[in-house]
Amino acid sequence: MAELTYRDAVARGIAQEMARDPDVVFLGEDVAKAGGVFKATVGLLEQFGPLRVRDTPISEQAILGAAMGAAMTGLKPIAEIMFSDFFAVCFDYIANEFPKSRYMSNGQTKCPLVVRTGNGAGSRFGAQHSQSVENWCMMIPGLKVVAPSNPRDVIGLLAAAVRDPDPVIFLEHKSLYATKGEVPDGEIVDTLGTASIVRPGKDATILALALMVPRALAAAEKLKAEHHIDCEVIDVRSLVPLDTQTILGSLARTHRLFTVEENPRLCGWGAEIVSIAADEGFYDLDGPPVRITTPHIPLPAADILEDIALPTVDRIADRVKRSLGA
Amino acid sequence: MARKPARAPNDDIGEDVRLRMYRMLVEIREAEQRAFDLFLQNLVKGTSHLSLGQEAVAVGFACAMQPGDLSFCTYRGHAHTLARGVPVEKVLGELMQRDNGLMRGKGGSMHLTSEEHGVMGSYAIIGAHLPIACGAAWRAQYKGHSDVSVCFFGDGTTNIGAFHEALNFAAVWKLPVVFVCENNLYMEYTPIGEVTAVEHPAAGRASAYGLEAIVIDGQDADEVYRAAMKAYEKARAGGGPSLIECMTYRYSGHSRADPAKYRPEGELDKWLKRDPVKIYRERLKQFGIEEKVIEKIGADVMRVLDDATEKCKAAPMPPLELLTTDVYADGGWAWRN
Repeated sequence: MAELTYRDAVARGIAQEMARDPDVVFLGEDVAKAGGVFKATVGLLEQFGPLRVRDTPISEQAILGAAMGAAMTGLKPIAEIMFSDFFAVCFDYIANEFPKSRYMSNGQTKCPLVVRTGNGAGSRFGAQHSQSVENWCMMIPGLKVVAPSNPRDVIGLLAAAVRDPDPVIFLEHKSLYATKGEVPDGEIVDTLGTASIVRPGKDATILALALMVPRALAAAEKLKAEHHIDCEVIDVRSLVPLDTQTILGSLARTHRLFTVEENPRLCGWGAEIVSIAADEGFYDLDGPPVRITTPHIPLPAADILEDIALPTVDRIADRVKRSLGA
Repeated sequence: MARKPARAPNDDIGEDVRLRMYRMLVEIREAEQRAFDLFLQNLVKGTSHLSLGQEAVAVGFACAMQPGDLSFCTYRGHAHTLARGVPVEKVLGELMQRDNGLMRGKGGSMHLTSEEHGVMGSYAIIGAHLPIACGAAWRAQYKGHSDVSVCFFGDGTTNIGAFHEALNFAAVWKLPVVFVCENNLYMEYTPIGEVTAVEHPAAGRASAYGLEAIVIDGQDADEVYRAAMKAYEKARAGGGPSLIECMTYRYSGHSRADPAKYRPEGELDKWLKRDPVKIYRERLKQFGIEEKVIEKIGADVMRVLDDATEKCKAAPMPPLELLTTDVYADGGWAWRN
C-alpha cells in the first residue's frame, strides 16, 4: 500500500497495461517527451520507448482516427485528448466511427480502444477548457464511459478499460490530478459498470461522479454533524455500463435520491438516472428526486464565479437538508 | 489456333492480370448499372452512390494489391468492395437491405465492409477514414507487417480538415498508407474547381506534406495499376505514404437523388469517349486477346450477376432481432444492469 496522486495513478495504470500487453500503445499531444501537459504520463516514454509512446501533432482527428485504425487491426491503443472540450473537434470519431462500426458491419469491425482526457472545471480556464462532457459521451450507443474519483479507481478502471473489447471514454478530472489516495501494491484491475457505495447511510442516497464524489462525501459528513442526516454516497464511476442495481438498491433502503452533477443541467447524466428511478423505483421514493447540477451556462474563468457555478459542499448539504425538511 | 502473344515485349502487367482487371471492370460496370435498375424498381432502398465511369480506379488499385492489404472506402464504395473480390450477391443484397447482404442490411449501401476481403469499411462521413487508414498503417509499421493500407476518397474530401491532419500525420510517421483521390470533377453538385484554391485538389496539396504531386489518368486501368504498384512498393519498403490523384468522371449524379443537370453540355459525351471499360477492351485486343475470350468474360459476369439478382430478390428481409445485436462486443446492446 502506498499513497499516490491521481496524476501518478494515470501513469501507473498505463504502465501496468503496457507492461502486460505489447499491443497496448499510447499516443497524444505532448504525452511522450513532455510527459503530458498535466504531467500524468511522465516516465512512460523512458519505460516503453518511442515506438509505443508517441507524440502527435495537434490533430485530434488524426489521433482518434489513428487509434481506431490501430484498434480495428489488432492493437489496443490508448489515445489522449488533452482537454475533453476538444472532443468537439474530433467528435466524428466519438459519435460516428468508434461506436457504430461494429453495429454497421454486423459485428465484423472491432474497436478496442481507450480515449483518456482531462475533464471538468476548477482550473479557472474558462468556458472552453473546463467543461464536463460526460453527458456528451453517455448519450451515444456503442460507447462505454467511466470517470474515476480517486487514484485506486484510476488504475483499476483504466486497466479494465484497456482490456475491454469496446471503445471506452475515460474521463480524468483535472481538479483531482493533485489529490492523493491509498493504492495497493501490485496489479489492480477493476470492473466497468460497477458503482461503489463510498459512504453507507440510511436517510438519503447521493449519487456523484469524479470531483463531485469528495464534495458529496464532505456534504454527507456536514449533514451528519449538523443535522443528524445520514446519507449514503455512491460513486457512480461508470455511466455506461450503468450500475442501476446498486443505485436502485440504495434507493430502496433510503427512499430519497439526489444526484450531484458537474455537467450543465440539461440532459445531464442524473436526468437519465432520475428517469430510471421514476420508472423502476417510484414506490420506493418518499419525495421527489433532486438533481444538484451546474447551471445551464458556459463556465466563467473568474474563480469566484466558477466556484459558485459547480455544486459546492454547502450547496449539496443545503439542498439535501431542505428536501428532507430538516 | 495461333494468335499473337498476349504478353508484349517488356510489358510488366501481363495477360493474367489484364484479364482479371477486365473482368472486374465489367463486373463493376454491370453491377452498378444493375443497382441503378433496381432503384427504379424500388428494390434498392435508401441512397446509393454509383461509380459508373470510375471503375478503372477501383480495379487498378485493387488488382495491384496483395492479400492482406487493406482498403478503406467511402460511401461511394461498391466498386472498391467488389474489386477486392466480395461476391456481387453480397453487395446487391446489402443494397437491397436483405438478410443475404454483406452486413445483413445493418449498414446499407454507404457502409460496405468485408474484413475477410480486406475491405475495412466504407465511411460516409467525409474524410473520416483517412486517419483511420493511418492507424491501420501504424499497426503494420509497429508490428512489422508488410501490408499496405489504401484509402480511397473523392476530390471533395481534400477540403476537409481530416484530409490535412491525416496527410501530415502519415508523412511525419512515415506510414505505409496510400491515399487515392478519385477526382471526378464534382464535390457533390458543385464543380471542385469552384471551391478549391489549387487546380489539382489532391496533388496541389502534396508538397505541403513533403509528398510528390502525382496526377494520373484514372480511366486507364493499366496506368492506375502501375501507379498503385509503385506506391505500394514504396510503402512496403518503409518509404512512407503516397498521394495519388486520379482524373476520372462519374456518369451519373452524386447520389440517386441527383440527376446531374449542372453539368455543361457535352461534358459527359467527352468522357464517354474515354470510357474505362471500352479503353480496356481495346487494350486486350491490342495484346492479342481473342474477341471470344473477351465476350465470354462479359457473358460470365452477366450470368453471375443475373443469378445474384434473383437470389437477392428472393432473399428474406433481416430478422427483427438484428435490431439490437452487435452494439457492444458481447453481441448485445445492454448499457445497464
